[in-house]
Amino acid sequence: MNWLLVVEQVLNGLQFGVMLFLMAAGLTLVFGIMNLVNLAHGSLYMVGAYLAVAGQAWTGSFAGAVAAALLGTLAVGMLVEVIALRTLYERDHLDQVLATFGLILFFNELVAIVWGRAALFTTVPPALSGFVVLLPGLRYPAYRGVIILVGLAVALLLYLVVSHTRLGMLIRAGASNRTMVAALGVNIRLLYTIVFGLGAALAGLGGLMAGPIYTVLPGMGEEILIQVFVVIVIGGIGSIRGALVGAVVVGMVDTLGRAFLKPMLSTVIGPSAADNAGPALASMLIYILMATVLYFRPQGLFPAARG
Amino acid sequence: MASRARVLTLLAGFLAFGLVPVAAALANQPFYLDLFRRIMIFAIAAVSLDLILGFGGMVSFGHAAYLGLGAYAVAIPAFYGIHSGLVQWTLALALSGLAALVIGAVSLRTTGVSFIMITLAFAQMLYYLGISINAWGADDGMRLARRSQFGPVVDLANPYVFYYVVLGLLVVLLWLGHRLVHARFGMVIRASRSNEPRMQAVGFATFRYKLAAFTIAGAVCGLAGALLANQTEYLTPSYMHWTRSGDIMVMVILGGIGTLFGPVLGAVAFLLLEDVLSAWTVHWQVVLGPLLVLVVLYARRGLFGLLPGGGRDG
Repeated sequence: MNWLLVVEQVLNGLQFGVMLFLMAAGLTLVFGIMNLVNLAHGSLYMVGAYLAVAGQAWTGSFAGAVAAALLGTLAVGMLVEVIALRTLYERDHLDQVLATFGLILFFNELVAIVWGRAALFTTVPPALSGFVVLLPGLRYPAYRGVIILVGLAVALLLYLVVSHTRLGMLIRAGASNRTMVAALGVNIRLLYTIVFGLGAALAGLGGLMAGPIYTVLPGMGEEILIQVFVVIVIGGIGSIRGALVGAVVVGMVDTLGRAFLKPMLSTVIGPSAADNAGPALASMLIYILMATVLYFRPQGLFPAARG
Repeated sequence: MASRARVLTLLAGFLAFGLVPVAAALANQPFYLDLFRRIMIFAIAAVSLDLILGFGGMVSFGHAAYLGLGAYAVAIPAFYGIHSGLVQWTLALALSGLAALVIGAVSLRTTGVSFIMITLAFAQMLYYLGISINAWGADDGMRLARRSQFGPVVDLANPYVFYYVVLGLLVVLLWLGHRLVHARFGMVIRASRSNEPRMQAVGFATFRYKLAAFTIAGAVCGLAGALLANQTEYLTPSYMHWTRSGDIMVMVILGGIGTLFGPVLGAVAFLLLEDVLSAWTVHWQVVLGPLLVLVVLYARRGLFGLLPGGGRDG
């Protein structure tokens, strides 16, 4: 097996993992702090992708796309929080699941009304459309490289914000005892809205970067959302560190499984059987991984310490 | 507990179901026969979900998986020329029950949000398995050559016979469900929902009871899947799609969680609403979505709570 191909697929796995992390971070933050299961997180990712397309079309520049996606999802997220989700924090998870399921139907259909049901294709910005030579003989698309760097930068930034700033301190305090923080004079409702908006913007960032690689179409959010669930269940719900580790593991397993499972199987069970079993098994791999992890550690790899 | 008003309401409800074919025949609108048969099939699925969701407090978000497995259990034998309904429906019960046993054994190790996400993920796993098996239709699914065969007397190709078979199954299921939730087994399940540590302290192995309930619910939903494949005469992996799990869950909540008749009412309301809204605009989900949010926020007892003598039948 060509080892350059292996390196390239490992990078692709890392890139997918980073995308998953952008989604998982927001979802796990909102769950860890507000105790809210937000199925509509995938919708925010989709909205981000569509706003990027629209921003690109209006301004003709990639900077416009970035601004539209990030500011747009921040605004949409905060609006949704104020209108619908705020009243759900005290409800049980079942109510949250149903209400956010309703939001998904709404957003998917709204997007279909505005932009149509057909998939949109966007292009990589010209400045990033080339390749970088990482090793002799290994050329890697610059855009995917940038995604990896942006994702890692966001992870670092998130760590710094949560553990070294006043906002992060309030967030952690709010997670462990909401009433006490409110009693100390902190506007906890505003804090929650801000946290939700930030989570939404992270999802929007994911959608923005996903546009040129995957197709932009209604329902794209749910495809990734369910994989993100696998990520945070493996990593431990509510833990950002767990989200990062889980995202990279799931990204790697999924990408490498799709690339190498079929050729590996064909040496064992023959090429024709592998043609059938390979793709089926590859698409199930992360769920099998999740079941295995849960069997041994029902609380995930890095359970969040909850006060 | 069963007040007279409630018994009368329920009798009126079943009478209405029983009279639908007559009305459809008189009005020469066979479409309604089809619609109400579909409603009853989803009612069976919704009641099976409520057994674990409402009575057991297990929020399974992957219930459509069993619906799909039941449909596959009809379509795959039919594909190889086995049309016997006895074989197909037994297979549907066994296959989906077995799947529920395995999925439950892993998922029930967790609770709360993890449980919701894991059941969802397992259902997606089966969905992806379905769309990647080329021999059995993959993404496109496959047509059912003929409905399940039960000999000359019970001929499902006759829409009226099929309708009353589904109605009969629904009534039997509700009766069995009533027996189940009021039996010792049902008491243990309901008590585990309200206080599991206490049940364990009293000496019940709650995990086994919950797993048994989860398996029963899966098997019953598999039967609904077998009926659905017969209804549409078509099999597609999209029966297992996660939005379908959401739909079934919505029916339960809309009708009244933790009741046996609520989910039936929920299925009627949800599918009629879908029918009305989709006739009005292709973008009906843009209306349905916010409506759902409103129901969750403001109408927590469901439709069943609004009926005379309605409410939680525990």
